[in-house]
Amino acid sequence: MKEIVIISGKGGTGKTSITAAFSVLGGQDVVVADCDVDAADMHLLMQPDFDFSEDFYSGETAYIDQSNCIRCGKCAEVCRFGAIQDKNKLFIVDPLSCEGCGYCARICPTNTIVNKERLAGKWFISNIKTGSIMVHARLGIGADNSGKLVAKVKDEAKEIALEERKDFILVDGSPGVGCPVVSSLSGANFVVLVTEPSVSGLHDLKRVYELVKKFNIKAGCIINKADINPVKCAEIKLFLEEEDILHLTDLPYDENFTNAMTEGLTIVEFDHGLLKALLTDSWEKIKQVVSSKK
Amino acid sequence: MTNRKPLKIAIASGKGGTGKTTLSTNLAAFIADQEEVALVDLDVEEPNSGLFFNGELFHEEENLKMIPKWNESKCTLCGICQKVCNFHAVIQLGPSIIVFPELCHSCYACSELCPVDALPMVSKKIGVLRDFKLNKLHFVESRLDIGEEQAVSTISKTKKYAEKNYGNAHITLFDSPPGTSCPVMEATKDADFVMLVTEPTPFGLHDLSLAVETMRALKKPFGVVVNRDGIGNNAVVEYCEKENIHLMARIPNSRKIAELYSSGKLIYREIPAVKMALQGILDYCLETVEGERK
Repeated sequence: MKEIVIISGKGGTGKTSITAAFSVLGGQDVVVADCDVDAADMHLLMQPDFDFSEDFYSGETAYIDQSNCIRCGKCAEVCRFGAIQDKNKLFIVDPLSCEGCGYCARICPTNTIVNKERLAGKWFISNIKTGSIMVHARLGIGADNSGKLVAKVKDEAKEIALEERKDFILVDGSPGVGCPVVSSLSGANFVVLVTEPSVSGLHDLKRVYELVKKFNIKAGCIINKADINPVKCAEIKLFLEEEDILHLTDLPYDENFTNAMTEGLTIVEFDHGLLKALLTDSWEKIKQVVSSKK
Repeated sequence: MTNRKPLKIAIASGKGGTGKTTLSTNLAAFIADQEEVALVDLDVEEPNSGLFFNGELFHEEENLKMIPKWNESKCTLCGICQKVCNFHAVIQLGPSIIVFPELCHSCYACSELCPVDALPMVSKKIGVLRDFKLNKLHFVESRLDIGEEQAVSTISKTKKYAEKNYGNAHITLFDSPPGTSCPVMEATKDADFVMLVTEPTPFGLHDLSLAVETMRALKKPFGVVVNRDGIGNNAVVEYCEKENIHLMARIPNSRKIAELYSSGKLIYREIPAVKMALQGILDYCLETVEGERK
């Protein structure tokens, strides 16, 4: 079983559309994990049935029992996050600021503060239209710890893939270079970097690749909207060469990306011309690379 | 412009790549044609706004976080530090105490509850803040080091820096990170007005509805800008009508805009319709905030 993660650093480069296309091409051999939990969109293209769902708890929030509180204010004094506000000697926890360190509860002289588990989101197992399974999630508004929810989604996908003897796990990775994307990358066999030839696209590609290098994972790259800026495109290709990143394909600027999405379809179901051919070719290349022994 | 009270506008979007940075940079430059303005890039994982300005570096400082440092000679190996750390960032291993800086939330519990002061807090660099100047535009960005996780505290410090130095500017713009989790809350929570940028596609709509939920939870006045208008479908516009959300502007989809952006150029200077849209957006923000303040 091989794990393939698709990331982009910069948003809006077509990462999710491409992941969805690969999951259709991979069909029953692929378990899909949507780890872009903060703005999960892939379900819009995969017709998931939300067969199983479970609340996800992560971290804690302090809770003050007002009836027992002697209003000494020690909790507010030690809180480094400004999460305990003194409203006329009524001490109130702001759950959005509380990081759940538990310091206040430890020093409260009357043991009046307890830490309660925090509901961070929900995760799902769905049967999808490819005849396979997708694990996905939704992070609660303003929730922290999306890295842990990402890890949960990936672990569940891995377990299913092992049980069902699937060949591949396809992960729609998180944006950025922080905790969630670190979680997305850990344990991966291959990374697909989706970028676009713009100043921001190249800048973010370089930043996110620094992270990939730390994990020592083999990477390939798809340049989307490649014809929009030939100069930047050439710069990206130079970077790929320098870093020994496999150049998978160039995709043209094509509104069929959006048209397919509007119909609730993946590109390879909607477009039977060049885009489909290029994506099919990329998927075959990826399979070949991850299946070959080093 | 009659209202001279300082005004903070955050530019946010659920989905990445919808044009948040395009709008922030163009709006900032447009305002700077007339008066002093501060643009603060709070997308600390992937700061991109600076790519569009060739400003002069005015000030640079390290972003620090506080972590405990083990003082072996004082330590009695009582184990309290390990017990009080909710994040497993301090661990006792045989005869030593090990600190994991990435896991530490800087709550000070281990340090202050240590009976023999064997874990003093020290600073660790997690990124860099830079302040640029270009005529009437002040541009502040923070850039988190790769793999660092403390986006929220960096965002908060960056805002404080901008407030201290440019709090008197009539308008401050915050380019916020994408998504709906903690960092977005931190970036938008003290804005007077939030501009949500989206695109008229199913992904755009889905992520916009999450962002709207977030802004309603924060009780923020907000409006929507549709970017790449003309692609996809009419569902975003219908959603805004149904939810009674003001549509501040519709920026047309055009290959020319995509090309200008890809080369790091400002769009409003080349395309008059965009300039008019910016004026409309700005007028609406000012009017709304003035109305709220009355």
